[in-house]
Parts: sequence; structure tokens; C-alpha cells
Amino acid sequence: MKVAVLKGGASLERTVSLRSGARVEDALARLGHDVLPIDVGADLVDRLRAERPDVAFIALHGRGGEDGTVQELLELVGVPYTASRPGACIRCMDKVVAKHALRDAGIPTPDFYAFSQAAFEDLGAARALPAIEERLEFPIVVKPAGQGSALGIKFARTAADVPNAIVAAFSYDTKVMLERYVDGRDLAVSVLETASGPEALPVVEAIPETEDFYDFESRYEIGRTRFVCPADLPPEITLRAQDLALKTWNTLGCSGFARVDLMYGGDELTVLEANAIPGLTETSLLPLAADAAGIGFDEFVARVLELAVQHAPAL
Amino acid sequence: MTIDDTPGKGTTPSSAHEIERYGGLFAKRTRGMTSSAMRDMMAVTARPEVISLATGLPDTTTFPAEDFAALMSRVAVDSSAAALQYGPTDGLEDVRKCIVQVMAAEGSVVEPDDLMITTGGQQVIDLVCRAFIDPGDVIVAEAPTYPGAVPCFTSFQADVVQIEMDEHGMRIDVLEATLAQLRKEGRRPKFIYTIPNFHNPGGVTMSLERRKALVRIANEQELVVLEDNPYGLLRYEGEPLPTLFTLDGGRYVIYCGTFSKILSAGLRLGWAAAPAPILQRLNLGKQAADLCSSPMNQYFVAAYFAQRDWRQYLHELRALYRRRRDVMLSAMNEFLPHETTWTKPGGGLFVWAKLPDYIDTTDLLARALREHVAFVPGRAAYLDGRGGSEMRLNFSGVGEDDIREGVRRIGKVVAEQVALYGTLTGVKPAPRKQNVVPLRRREAS
Repeated sequence: MKVAVLKGGASLERTVSLRSGARVEDALARLGHDVLPIDVGADLVDRLRAERPDVAFIALHGRGGEDGTVQELLELVGVPYTASRPGACIRCMDKVVAKHALRDAGIPTPDFYAFSQAAFEDLGAARALPAIEERLEFPIVVKPAGQGSALGIKFARTAADVPNAIVAAFSYDTKVMLERYVDGRDLAVSVLETASGPEALPVVEAIPETEDFYDFESRYEIGRTRFVCPADLPPEITLRAQDLALKTWNTLGCSGFARVDLMYGGDELTVLEANAIPGLTETSLLPLAADAAGIGFDEFVARVLELAVQHAPAL
Repeated sequence: MTIDDTPGKGTTPSSAHEIERYGGLFAKRTRGMTSSAMRDMMAVTARPEVISLATGLPDTTTFPAEDFAALMSRVAVDSSAAALQYGPTDGLEDVRKCIVQVMAAEGSVVEPDDLMITTGGQQVIDLVCRAFIDPGDVIVAEAPTYPGAVPCFTSFQADVVQIEMDEHGMRIDVLEATLAQLRKEGRRPKFIYTIPNFHNPGGVTMSLERRKALVRIANEQELVVLEDNPYGLLRYEGEPLPTLFTLDGGRYVIYCGTFSKILSAGLRLGWAAAPAPILQRLNLGKQAADLCSSPMNQYFVAAYFAQRDWRQYLHELRALYRRRRDVMLSAMNEFLPHETTWTKPGGGLFVWAKLPDYIDTTDLLARALREHVAFVPGRAAYLDGRGGSEMRLNFSGVGEDDIREGVRRIGKVVAEQVALYGTLTGVKPAPRKQNVVPLRRREAS
């Protein structure tokens, strides 16, 4: 098959995307496909129309690629593609939309309040901050609604930190979220669709090697975090984490593959977010979990591609 | 490549194996060299739709293509075999004679034997670290310092102590206090790294008085100074000040120069001038690093100096960059909110701006990229986490219209954040504290 690999783009996760894409290209070549790498830009639609790939593997992360935009375009052009449909992408990419859906479905997620820039500018939302701070208790995590990496995520330890953190978060999105901080272990459960439905892969635990738990950037830097898979957890917690990941998958309507991030603290599991197109680099968590389940990277790529072709919307 | 039918094995190594295979092998010093979110973000600044004020690039578009072709042909005809061969580690004598001319233009007197040609000025920083730095050794540098030196210092596991600057360059009083403190701790800095002229990124120039004081301190305390001077000849007004190398008389100062800003960065040719025993150590380091710098490019430089007027081209570059600097400063005056301050460089390639404390320029860059404009966030120029509200803007790498439009877009996003902060706090941001940041206040207009 002629497979277009969509990667790069102008999102802040461009570098990771290029690495994910390169790895997928290698796997596709080994699987005997005709690979068409595309660094997505203004010429995307023209190129897709000219090259007419049989299917597209989307290795884009962040804005433009993971938020449903590219998926809508591919449907328009009539090219089947991997992973989730636009609706699920939109729900995953916007942490606020995702958390509302989770809460409505009874899936535990840390308490949160979200505001648009307009709420502050036009509706005086700043006046509500003290009440929010009282309910969430410090430290509070301030996040942009739609940023995939750790960029823009800040801890506010006191009320004085909150305005700066909000200003920073608005650099990434027009909507920000204030979330209760969960002190606990970082877990990630990847989910892979199979012929008999979605299947949760072994749990990965991210163990930061840095002392400063409030420094998000260094927590997620290669070499400063150690990943353990399968995570050393009581069996019932592993099962519960996998069950929550599957419920999250169903609630948000994912397909193909996805990754659900959770916190485990004080014997409670809570879901932080879901990633519609998680990283696929040599140090990413989904490939690590698949490997632990005996699914090599090439097999993963082959399965995902097959699902994409099967699921292709009628055109 | 053969197709392996057992996934996870053979030619398709598993991800877990890939992590483990190299993880235990990398040297400790590479830990500071890992990819960070900020560096990932900088990858987007290279997209064609982005006006990048983030580079440090000289403008190479004005170098006449026919001159380039003629000179390369001349190298091919006259020196083909030698140009294609290895060369001496300290460089061709003809090129060292050219450097004597270049340094004389700023009043420095050197002999070709005092010089070693390097692969860009950047290699001098690396070679000096190689020669002087053991893990944990102290380097004294300015705050902010050249962002390109940071990974070099980090990779040698140096402990970098940064000294504040004001509009006259490195604060000598702070330097003396810091040296006294280090002495008390029994630590002697291996060298003091400074960019006295049109500082990158600070945009300021060290005063004559401070130059003399720095050289005096170096001599009294027997400390080596690494004087990095890529921009000295890109002076847009006033008379050149004597280099530290000249003031010192060749005892404690290692001088680092480059052809990158006066001729071409693509040649990757720079040089070191240093006392003979130091030059010998740098030479040993260079033998290990790359044997010699490209003889082909060195022959090009020799041909260029012999057949063209290098001062005339430099004169044209100065006129071009002076106009661009003026466009940038006038655009900043017009578009940046009142809470912002910046330096007014008399030369070089950079303006350094300071935003209100509550704006984080690393985060702001994400917002700016949505407006298709980029700058260097201030943290890149510090090793201790400072500089969060500062930014470097380059005016040499893009045309006047783009400079103006780029600054307009930056002004827009900064103004947005200032307004948002005002809305959130209900108070106008307090005026900046004095003497905290080494910058001239915005001039009244």
C-alpha cells in the first residue's frame, strides 16, 4: 500500500512528531509498504490530492494534528487514516472538554475549574479566584486546556503565584484550567484496538529522578525520568487502572490507539487526560507498553494501519 | 534492509531495548545536554512562515556571487592540491597574516606566531574549556552570557558563576566580591569569560575604565580571561575601545576572534591569540578535536584578502546593520508596552529586552509563534534559571520590513499579557526595582 506518514507541522511538539514519524516510516518500509513522508504545511491538501495515498498514518502531536483538524481534512480528501476520528480528537485535545466528559461518566478526575480569556476580560472571573483557591487548596496546577507536552503547566504554591501561572498558560491556549494537585505516582495506560475491541496494555510508571517535583519540564526530560513497565503495583490497582483507561477510551470515543494518563495517590486512581496520538518515538510510553505485551513496533504499526483501512468512513 | 518476520527482534529492536542499550553508556556530562521543551519549541522558529528574530545570523545575501565564484576558481587554479589536503594545526601563515590586519583595525598588535586558526570562534571556547576545565571547576561569565557557550560549559561540567552587567558591561564591583567569596571557599576560577564589545545577548559594551580594572584584577590575582570579540568591528558609532588583549599585553588574556561576522559564517573560521604556553595547549586540544580547520576555506580567505578590499565589504555590512538596528529600536519604541526596557547597542547584532517580571518569555514564545514571530527566551543565556522575563532580539538576519513587522507582533502579544495580568490582579504592575537588571530604561519619547 502507499502510506502517507503525516509528521512535523508547526505545533510545539514538532520535534517529537518528526521522531515519531521517522520511526513509523522505518516500520512501514520493513513491512513492505510504499512510504510517502509528509512534513505537513500549507500544501497538505494539494499533496494528498496529487499523491493519492491509500491510507495516512498520522504521527502528528499537538495543535493541528492531534486536535481533529488534519482528520477532518483527510475525510474531506477521502484518505483513510490511523487512530481516532475528529470528535474523539477534539475531546482528547481539550483537557477541559475531556474532564467534563469523564466527570459526567463517573470516572474519577481531579477537581478543576476552567476559564476562557474572555471570562477574565469580560465577566470578571478574577473575582472568583479566591473561592477556587480555597476549594482546590494549594498547591494548584495551572494548565493550558490544549497543550500536549509539559509546556505551560505551572504549580502555584500560593495565591501570589496564580496570576503569573494563568498568564503563562494563556500563552498556549485561549482556555486555561486550574486543577487540584494529586500527590502520587504517574501512571500511563496505553490502549490498543483489536478485533475484539479495545485492549489495555501493561501499565507504565514514570519515576522522576529529579528532586524538584514542581519542575514539570525536567520531569519529562529524557534522562531525568525513569520508566518502568509493567509498573510495580498491587494487582488490583493494575486492573483498576486498566479498567479506568478503557472507560476513558469509551467515554471519549477513541479508536485505533491512545494513551490515558493517571495519578495514583492515597490508594485512589484518578484520570488526568487522554492523548489521541501519543508519542511513538524510541523512548515513548506506548511503544514501551506494547513491547511489554509482546507487540513489537512493526506489529503495532501493521495492526493500526489495518484498522484504519477497515474503519475507513464510506465516501 | 531485510524484513524481519519476528517483530521486536533482529532489525526491529524493541523500545525497551533501545532505551537500555545506550542508557548506561552515555557519559555523565551528556546529562546536561538532553533535549528540553524550550529547544523543541525553537525547532518551530525555523519554519518559513515565521519571522525569526531568534537567530544570530549575519546577512550573507549581500556578498557578491560573482566574487565568490571568482575567488573559489582562483583557489582551484592556484592551490588545488594544497587546498584539498590536510593543513597545519595552527593554520596557514597567509591567513594568520590576514588576522594581523583584522586585529590591527581595532588597535591590537599581534604577530602571526601568536595566533592559531580555529573552526569558528566557537572552537576557541571549546578548546579553552578542554585545556582548563576539570569537572566542578569554576568559570566566571557575564549574566546573561552567550547562549552558545552554555552547552559547552555544561558539557565540561563547569560550575559557572554569572556576574551582572549594566550599561557599561560586567559589574567589576560584583566581580570582585564574587572572587573574594570564591577565594574564601578555596576555589580559584579557571577563567573569566567575557564579550566586551556589543555583548551577545546583552547588547552592551564594557567601558574603558572597566576593561582596565578587569585586566588589573586578572594580573593581580593571576586569573585567565577569555575575551570573545566577534562583533568589535561591527561598530555603528563612536571609536573602538582597546581590547583586553592589548591592555593586558599578552599575559593573562586569551583573545577569540572570527571571520563569521566580517566575511562569512559558513567558512567556519576563527582564531585564538594567546600567550605561547596556552597556545601550545590549545594546539594539542585542536589536534585531538579536528587536526586542522578546512584548508580550502583558509585558501579562500587568503585569496579574498589579497584580491578584494575586506574593509569595504565590512563598511557595507556596517551600514546595512546600522539601518536594521535603527529600524528595530524605533519599532520597539513604537510597539512595545511601557513596562518593557531594552538595551540600545552601539554595534553588534542584538538587542536585549526585559519584560515585566510576571511574563515568562519561554511561555510567551509559544504565543508569539502563533503570530509567526520568534525570539530567544532569556533563560537560554543563564545557567542558574534567571532571565525568565528577558529576551534576545536579532536585527542582522532579516530585512527591515520583517524586523518592523516582527517587533509589532511581539508588541501585540506582550501588550495582551500585560493587560491580562492587570485584569487578574486588579492592580497596575509595580514599577521595576532599580539596579536589578543591567539595562538602560526605555528612553522617554
